[in-house]
Amino acid sequence: MPSKVKRAAPMDSAPWSIKVAAGAALLFLHIPLWLIFLYSFTTEQSAYSFPPPGFTLKWIPQALANPEMQTSLLLTLRVAALATLLALILGTLAAAAVYRYDFFGKEAISFMLVLPLALPGIVTGISMRSAMSLMDIPFSFWTIVIGHATFCVVTVYNNVLARFRRSSGSIVEASMDLGANGFQTFWHVVMPDLATALLAGGILAFSLSFDEVIVTTFTSGQQQTLPIWLYSQMLKPRNRPITNVTAMLVVLATVLPILLAQRLIGRSTGETTDQS
Amino acid sequence: MDAAGRFVRVGMADSAIAFEGVSRHFGEVRAVDDVTLDVRDGEFFSMLGPSGSGKTTCLRLIAGFERPTSGRIVLYGQDVSSLPPYERPVNTVFQDYALFPHMTVGQNIAYGLMIKKVPGQERNKRVDEMLDMVQLPGLATRKPSQLSGGQRQRVALARALINHPRVLLLDEPLGALDLKLRQQMQVELKNLQRRVGITFVFVTHDQEEALTMSDRIAVFSRGKVEQIGTPADVYEHPATPFVAGFVGTSNLIEGEMARRITGSESRFSIRPEKIHLSSRQKEPEADTFFADGRVRDVVYLGLYTRYLVELDGGGDLVVVEQNLRSTSMDVMRARGQDVRLVWNKEHVRYVGS
Amino acid sequence: MNRLSTYLYRRPRLLLAALLVPPLVWFVVIYLGALGAMLINSFYALDSFTGQVVRTFTLKTYAKLLDPINVQIFARTTIMALCVTAACILIAFPLAYYIARFASPRLKTFLYLAVTLPLWSSYVVRVYSWKLILAQEGIVSWFTRLVHLDGLLQLYLGLPVVGGPSLAVSMTGIFIVFVYIWLPYMVLPIQSALERVPKSLIEASGDLGANPGQTFRNVILPLALPGVVAGSIFTFSLTLGDFIVPSLFGSSSFFIGKAVLTYQGTSGNIPLAAAFTMGPIIIMIAYLLIARKLGAFNAL
Repeated sequence: MPSKVKRAAPMDSAPWSIKVAAGAALLFLHIPLWLIFLYSFTTEQSAYSFPPPGFTLKWIPQALANPEMQTSLLLTLRVAALATLLALILGTLAAAAVYRYDFFGKEAISFMLVLPLALPGIVTGISMRSAMSLMDIPFSFWTIVIGHATFCVVTVYNNVLARFRRSSGSIVEASMDLGANGFQTFWHVVMPDLATALLAGGILAFSLSFDEVIVTTFTSGQQQTLPIWLYSQMLKPRNRPITNVTAMLVVLATVLPILLAQRLIGRSTGETTDQS
Repeated sequence: MDAAGRFVRVGMADSAIAFEGVSRHFGEVRAVDDVTLDVRDGEFFSMLGPSGSGKTTCLRLIAGFERPTSGRIVLYGQDVSSLPPYERPVNTVFQDYALFPHMTVGQNIAYGLMIKKVPGQERNKRVDEMLDMVQLPGLATRKPSQLSGGQRQRVALARALINHPRVLLLDEPLGALDLKLRQQMQVELKNLQRRVGITFVFVTHDQEEALTMSDRIAVFSRGKVEQIGTPADVYEHPATPFVAGFVGTSNLIEGEMARRITGSESRFSIRPEKIHLSSRQKEPEADTFFADGRVRDVVYLGLYTRYLVELDGGGDLVVVEQNLRSTSMDVMRARGQDVRLVWNKEHVRYVGS
Repeated sequence: MNRLSTYLYRRPRLLLAALLVPPLVWFVVIYLGALGAMLINSFYALDSFTGQVVRTFTLKTYAKLLDPINVQIFARTTIMALCVTAACILIAFPLAYYIARFASPRLKTFLYLAVTLPLWSSYVVRVYSWKLILAQEGIVSWFTRLVHLDGLLQLYLGLPVVGGPSLAVSMTGIFIVFVYIWLPYMVLPIQSALERVPKSLIEASGDLGANPGQTFRNVILPLALPGVVAGSIFTFSLTLGDFIVPSLFGSSSFFIGKAVLTYQGTSGNIPLAAAFTMGPIIIMIAYLLIARKLGAFNAL
């Protein structure tokens, strides 16, 4: 495999004041999360006193068995799965259209797709709520899903579009030249090319939906997704240890897929059709 | 060309590809402008021209990636102008090879067969045969990213040829290879074509390449065909100033200067290798033309030397002479000297405008 | 199958429509439609007797925004947003600078991950962690007691505006949590802008006689400005709209987000909630226009 030789740029070393400031900022970013992990194992019931008196694993099965936690988790998973599916379809269609064609208002598409994420959550939330009020639509599972799908589309769109732009246009022509019609070409050549982008975009969309609180608050009515349930629990000191454990599990559930997605995006950058 | 003539053309037994007044416009731009040409069955046909001349667009029109704005494209008697690429008996070798990155070499080559639902065992057999033919035995399980440029190019060839197309289209396939490899591949491709016997349509901007490999060449400029002929035709009898200049060095003389040399003001071209350097003292022989001037520049190129001679009365001529007996020291001494350029009358080509 | 493919192949416009129509329809109808619905709602009013939304055009709801209480809410939220943005810039800049200028490529990838990871872990959990940290028996109290700064902390909490019953229920608490949550959004654009400063410019500055401090002030800082502005768009806009943090860490005083949530929820006063939301939108649009002038969009 051809290797790239990089001219080693001499790295000046930073003045220690910068190093300290940078390090402090990093610690500031990470310590709170580590504390959650720490507190998930404390023996104490009120579960935030420092230093923790002892360590135990007993909260974990308790948290997992909590019926409210389970209902909200189930709801969150269902919403995220459906929203991701919708986002995958809509995002890929939009990316394909933008990549292959020039049409009136093309730049506006990218802008419009990113709006739900770019504008503050309450804007999207209140807008949906207003629409529901105007059209007398009741709260339901579907109102949540539609809200989530809307802001998830852009993550898939960006990933797929970037992948399209990196791939060689001529492989589609080559496939048709060799006898495959449009559908066969899509299945045999385009889809495998997109696979990593779809996976990465899908994982990002799933995480985004899993974690979302603000828009969901406006579109869910009585139902509680996991983050909303956690939020409601935060105001109740009694169940602290369970809340802690749930929080820790949520972090793992969102962080690990993201790491995976980053790996996928990184790997696919090295695998494009190139000419020597 | 009257209606009867057209009919005869389409029905001609050995016409592989026929363009009839084909144009391809992109908005204002006329990439291909009313092109009529004919490619014969079994020949190695090159389309030569600078970038933007329309040659690649014509290739894509044959393949089906572009549709003509007007005119017809006929393949072996069948009008294919509105057929998509997957329904034409044509295969293409792309400039960037376009190998499918997620498939192995074997899967790439077998792709066309897979689409036609040829059973696996037979696919594998034919893939191995093709790999032998392009001299890449045993590489079926590698991925394209693991191959060198030259190897990828052969895989692209194999992938196209395995489908037994009636015409093979090659879009500047040797552009990315270094000189030695390119020259080697030129010979191999030519031999391959003779062996397989199908029609090759080859696009290139390198006139030397076209002259080396082709049975006939079509010279393109700005969307139009300037001339179609054998390499000798195109080189020795350029039909237009463009062809004279693009294929080889032109040395075009016209107007007052032409009258002084040949007696007529008709524009003519003379190839550099046909001119000899002589001294002004010597009497020019019969049946020759001559022109006096001073050597402005000398470029020693090992095999031959190129002289740029500034003529008395204006204009330059490029002269090329083999270094049969001279060394670099000898030829460099010519710089600044007064000379007389002499050439046979019969080597002069009068070029239309 | 071939026929269908050829049919579409011959009509590229049709294929484009097939690709574009579903997402386009979704977005225009659902999203833009919802935005429109919000705008429309802001021109309706809630009849306080019936508790129903009266669907006639009126500016009464907007007029309500001018009530002193509501003006206070806007002011409070905006000031908080400004403070949070300033603090984020101060904390993020050294980190971004280090990553962009001094980190080796391997370290850079690691640090980039280190900064984005918190961003992708659950927002709710990250907010919650501070509840634990700032609580009476939490780690901050433990620390202040350890270094005998307990008295100082109590004194601070006694101050008006920034103080409160405890760190966990105070403006300061809200401030700290906001800074924590949005920090990565500030680090990344600054880092990206700094990376775009060609090394040769810095070397040229040195070559022309500037010491590192001067180079920083005159060359690096101005070029990093678009990144700073880009990051501030995030911190500002996110703070304007958030209701979770003020609810968890604040007393009864409202922020915009909380107000919006309350109005549309318990009182069903969607028009007022909508009108309230127009506030941040207008502030953000103005901010974005200024930011665009300063070239921030290049750093996004």
